Amino acid sequence: MSISITLLAQLIAFVLMIWLVNKYLWAPLSALMEARRKKIADGLSASERGKHELKLAQERSTELLREAKDKANDIIAQANSRSNQILEEARNNAKTEAERIVAQANAEIDREVNRAKEELRAQVADVAATGAERILKREVTDKDHESAISDLIARI
Amino acid sequence: MATENAGGGPVEYIQHHLTNLSVGEGFWTLNIDTLFFSILLGALIVFVAMRIGRGLRAETPNGLQNAAEGILEFVDEQIRDSFGSRAPKIIAPLALTILLWVWLMNFMDLIPVDLLPAIASGLGVEYLKVVPTTDLNTTLAMALFVFILTIYYSIKVKGLGGYIKMFLFHPFGKFLIPINIVMTAIDELAKPISLALRLFGNMFAGELVFLLIALLTLGATISASLLIWFPLQVVLDMAWIAFHILVITLQAFIFMVLTIVYIGMAHTLDDH
Repeated sequence: MSISITLLAQLIAFVLMIWLVNKYLWAPLSALMEARRKKIADGLSASERGKHELKLAQERSTELLREAKDKANDIIAQANSRSNQILEEARNNAKTEAERIVAQANAEIDREVNRAKEELRAQVADVAATGAERILKREVTDKDHESAISDLIARI
Repeated sequence: MATENAGGGPVEYIQHHLTNLSVGEGFWTLNIDTLFFSILLGALIVFVAMRIGRGLRAETPNGLQNAAEGILEFVDEQIRDSFGSRAPKIIAPLALTILLWVWLMNFMDLIPVDLLPAIASGLGVEYLKVVPTTDLNTTLAMALFVFILTIYYSIKVKGLGGYIKMFLFHPFGKFLIPINIVMTAIDELAKPISLALRLFGNMFAGELVFLLIALLTLGATISASLLIWFPLQVVLDMAWIAFHILVITLQAFIFMVLTIVYIGMAHTLDDH
């Protein structure tokens, strides 16, 4: 009932108990609980992050889709205008080509006509000369000659 | 309930029950029963702790681990309430040890008062006091350790100068230094003494009430009066056990909380 050496023994037992409880109960269990707490917190934050990333990805995908659509529309419009342009160019080319061919042909015709005229003129001159020779064989005067030549020239 | 070794009247019966099994004399008395039961219960705690420790599972904790986690969380909450997050490392195992060990030692009170002594006397052991916390040595040992820790942390946190200053100037300022020293010394000494005596007193009184209830039919012979006393004893015993379950839990809890509070107070830097 009174204070004795038992107190010292109990003191030692108490300190030993604290050490044992710490070693076998508190330390492992609190470490486990701490690890679990951390794991849960990590998991929650990871899921939060995942949700956020998913939202971002969705936004980006719709953005990309819209951009792609815009681009496609642009390309189609560009292609349309380009085809129109090509068509126009081709049409213009064809027109100019046709005009050129027509002009060439006209020129050819003109040249042919001129050449025919030249030929004709030469032949006419020949005929005139021959006619003149024949006339001259009979009677040639300067006066006749003169009038005949000028008459011929006027007729050409 | 009466045992054969308590035939010498109520006084002798009670005195017999309040005598420790001991060796040695005077200061060198070693209370074998106190040591035996406290160490046995301590071993039980360590054994159960080791069993829990072997099957620790973070994802799917089983029943025992759940219970341990619940208690641990409860203790941790008490510590956080008075320390915040800067509690020293020893405080948690210390508080947990007090709660579990003191509770188990108190629980020995609920075992029928004559059961274990009767078995012991059958084995030739004359005296046996089964509740370690009804031995002042046990409660004072724990209170002293807490006291040592409070002094250690006081000096560690306030510095030796700060600690001495607390004695010199504490309640009344610098003009009443001698009174201050006395007051602070009483103040500080009252903590472990009240801590030890509160637990000891409660457990001792509880044990005594159990003994008094047991006295109702002590040495009774088969007679008509037994028809009154025996049911009365059963009813009183049940009522006191039901009440005492609360007491032992409350006392273990109070011891733990006060330990936390005292060590927490050692950590406060007051500007008195």
